[in-house]
Amino acid sequence: MTTTPFWRRYARFFGPDPAADVKDELSFHLDAKTDELIRQGLSPGAARKEAERQFGDLRSVQRIGQQIGQKTERRRRMGDYWTDLLHDLRYTFRTLRRDPGFAAISLLILALAIGANVAVFSVVNTILLRPLPFPHSNELVWIAPPPSECGWSCATYSADAYEEFSSMSRAYQGVTGYEAFTTPENFRLTGHGEPVPVTGMEVIGNFFQVLGVQPQMGRLFTLEEARGPVIPNSTGTPVVLLANAYWRRQFHSDPAIIGQAIELNGAPVTVVGALPESFDYGAVFAPGAKADLFVPVSLDTERMWGNIVTLVGRMKPGVTVAQALDDAKRVAPDMYFNTKYPQSKGRYKGNLVPVPLKDYVTGKLRRSLIALWFAVGTILLIAGVNLSNLLLARAAARAKEFAMRGALGASRGRIIRQLLMESLVLSCAGAVLGLGLALAVIRWLAHQGSLALPLLNSLGIDGQVVGWTVLVAILTAMIFGLLPGLRMASGNLQEMLKDSGAGAGLGRKHERIRATLVISEIALACVLLVSAGLLLRSFSKVLEVDLGFQPDHASSINVAYDESAPTVEARVLKRTAIFQEVLTRVGAIPGVQAAGISDYLPLGPNRSWDTPVPKGKVFAPGELPEPLVYVITPGFIRAMGMGLQGRDFTWADGPNSEKVIIINASMARRFWPGEDPVNKILMRDGGNAQYRVIGVVDDVHEESVESSIGAQVYYPCTQQGPSRAQLVVRSSLPPATLAPAVLRALRELNPYQPASEFRPIRTIVDHAVSPRRFFMLLVATFAGLGLLLATLGIYGVISYSVTRQTSEIGVRMALGATGGRVQRQVLANTLKLTAAGIAIGTLIAIVVARAIASLLFATSPWDFPSYMGMALALLVIALVSGYIPARRASAVNPMEALRNN
Amino acid sequence: MDTAKLEFLRGTLDVLILKSLVWGPLHGYAITNFILRQSDDALLVEEGTLYPALWRLESKGLLAAEWGLSENNRKAKFYRLTLEGRRSLRQEIKTWQAYAAAVAKVLATTQLPEPEEAR
Repeated sequence: MTTTPFWRRYARFFGPDPAADVKDELSFHLDAKTDELIRQGLSPGAARKEAERQFGDLRSVQRIGQQIGQKTERRRRMGDYWTDLLHDLRYTFRTLRRDPGFAAISLLILALAIGANVAVFSVVNTILLRPLPFPHSNELVWIAPPPSECGWSCATYSADAYEEFSSMSRAYQGVTGYEAFTTPENFRLTGHGEPVPVTGMEVIGNFFQVLGVQPQMGRLFTLEEARGPVIPNSTGTPVVLLANAYWRRQFHSDPAIIGQAIELNGAPVTVVGALPESFDYGAVFAPGAKADLFVPVSLDTERMWGNIVTLVGRMKPGVTVAQALDDAKRVAPDMYFNTKYPQSKGRYKGNLVPVPLKDYVTGKLRRSLIALWFAVGTILLIAGVNLSNLLLARAAARAKEFAMRGALGASRGRIIRQLLMESLVLSCAGAVLGLGLALAVIRWLAHQGSLALPLLNSLGIDGQVVGWTVLVAILTAMIFGLLPGLRMASGNLQEMLKDSGAGAGLGRKHERIRATLVISEIALACVLLVSAGLLLRSFSKVLEVDLGFQPDHASSINVAYDESAPTVEARVLKRTAIFQEVLTRVGAIPGVQAAGISDYLPLGPNRSWDTPVPKGKVFAPGELPEPLVYVITPGFIRAMGMGLQGRDFTWADGPNSEKVIIINASMARRFWPGEDPVNKILMRDGGNAQYRVIGVVDDVHEESVESSIGAQVYYPCTQQGPSRAQLVVRSSLPPATLAPAVLRALRELNPYQPASEFRPIRTIVDHAVSPRRFFMLLVATFAGLGLLLATLGIYGVISYSVTRQTSEIGVRMALGATGGRVQRQVLANTLKLTAAGIAIGTLIAIVVARAIASLLFATSPWDFPSYMGMALALLVIALVSGYIPARRASAVNPMEALRNN
Repeated sequence: MDTAKLEFLRGTLDVLILKSLVWGPLHGYAITNFILRQSDDALLVEEGTLYPALWRLESKGLLAAEWGLSENNRKAKFYRLTLEGRRSLRQEIKTWQAYAAAVAKVLATTQLPEPEEAR
């Protein structure tokens, strides 16, 4: 064999071609054979034929050859690829080790940005994207009337209505519900030492079957159990299911407790089962609240109480929500509020609207969460731009290295790959750190029981979250790695190899790109700052809202009392005596300024009874609202710090004296527009009951701090039966100091008084505003992060340009420019960049602000202070981050600078 | 003896190919010729068997191929032994010889051996 001739080098110029190789090889064989046959004396034609005959099936051999050839080629290419990749990887680690400062800063930036993204994604995934934690949860619907102002009483249904709806509807596999007026700590667990307050939900017997929740131990309620005897102070039967958390906390997950009796409110109740950990009632139906145990509600006892149950249905497979709505429209006209009263037929017409349970639970948060997702995405963008900038600066310093590699034959693709590999390694390491960070945040969030966000209990890192992290990491690497890579690879080799470096065209071009990056960074930070500003302003507006009461210096505790007596009159007297005694004793505690009792507190569940009518006035039916009802003692209004016109109830307003009532300002305006309502008469029950209005109180926010306020009435507990007793104590003493004394006073009167929580009224308000506070804090954190990153970006670009211009500055100073002048010019450059960023950012911010207008409260999307604050913050940080390089520039020694060049 | 009828035992062709390359690179046609000549025209390697075998050995890394010019100036694919190919050849020759010796020994048996006594 002789050496390869020169043309062979180009025969496979366009890459290897195994098929052609096989063909060439075989045709050589045929030629050689033919030659030999000719030598043996055959004619050329015959020789060729003979050679082909001897060869046999040429085609199939060719096919085998091609297959083997392709396979080999593929393997070879893969081998090369992996070798190169490993090489790149080793090289990356080496370069990063050489520059630990750069590596540390970029890792920090990436960890923060990716961590924030992962944490937010996992919240979004849990609340918005994942289905509810029930089997076939898309079949579950929440059935409620359209929103109204009369609270839970207008969002619930009577026991009769539930039964009729359940039997007449064809769209459901099962309909269930729970007693909406169950309040925290409505039971006390006795027989285990000191009485312990317990929150027990009263649910319709088939509640867990319809939701598809299986007990972890024991069994669910049977149908009979929903109709059995009654335990004191509740309407259920003496069986109980334990929530998993309560089973663990109170009974240490003891399996032996199942089937045994525990003592609730002094009566034995059998524990029939324990629910699984995956079922968290509060997380789905009452965010931020907890339920310790579940008892079946007895519909027969509840029948007289009017609207009490919420409705949850499981649709039959294949039934759509629209079909369920049609079905409800068909059923509603035939439904009775109370089957005893024929005229109550059709009262629920238009008031049965099924919506997917998921929408009911999370619908209100959708916009906030999406906004949050965008905010955190912006952080990722800013971080990416920032790193891109850092990498560019590094690339400029490494230009010669890359030029050298290019000159030595590294292809453009190879250099880009090398740079992408660096960014990928950085972002993967950042992602790992970020995941750890996110994990910490998520752990913390999942245990924020008081945060009124649903489903937080199931927050965690799962496969989807990890997948998202990987996606984010790769995306980030692309964002910040590609631009410097392309820049470097497209550079002019010669220009880079020349020693001049500084001041050359490339440097200028670089600087332009970096300036553009910094401007976009500032613009993005600008958008975040404005959004955060607007949300912050909204939040402070929410805090400024006049709640109608003074939440500070007041605390409440649930009072247990026993009013059992043979007649209604005796019950009223007994209850009055108890309440009077409680208030006297608590009022005598040093430091207590006022004390009072109400059955419901603001910003929580509430109820309404019916619509009283003002005497002597005619209103069309349905024109007057159904007011919310509070049954209170004298002193409650003062204890809550509510404003009152007219007089408060007194103990003299007894069962036999004139019936009196206090109404709120909204109701006064609605019922007696332009008149003084005091001493007017309200009628109920067709005029059989008449109430004299003795006072008007401020409107109290009952549903949420942000919603509007409807009518409210207050009855004295001496004339109306309260459903329970919430003692409110006003005192300047801290609640923790006051609590033991109050509890002691209550225990002296009633040894069964459980150690209920002495809760500052402020916490009720905090709980109500917690979602808004949560979102505001997160967006503000992101804005702060954005600001920090923008600072880094500005500092980086200015500092680099000062370094690059050292000799130029030196010349100018040698020609007489003062240090101050140089300094001013550097600062002016900084401000120019910032101003451009602010200008662009403001335009985007205006668009964004309009998009999030629905998330704002009493704040216009044009809110001037927010924009002003943003601009100020950015200018200040620009000055600070520009000042350091400016100082350095003014300290340049002209002689040295010139000599170095 | 009819040369065309002599079938190759499995694996035999590979070792013959490797052996033919011991003295230097050859193209496929030369390999056939080498085997034919050395076996005194007893072993005729068919093209349909030879080339797939060559390619297989190449993809296994026992052979390396390169394009070059043949004696009569045609471009031809030359195969040579890789280091691994040489190692494999040594191993194969040993195996083959042991095998052949064993077969020969059995075939040379002239009488039924005494049955071994059970202990």
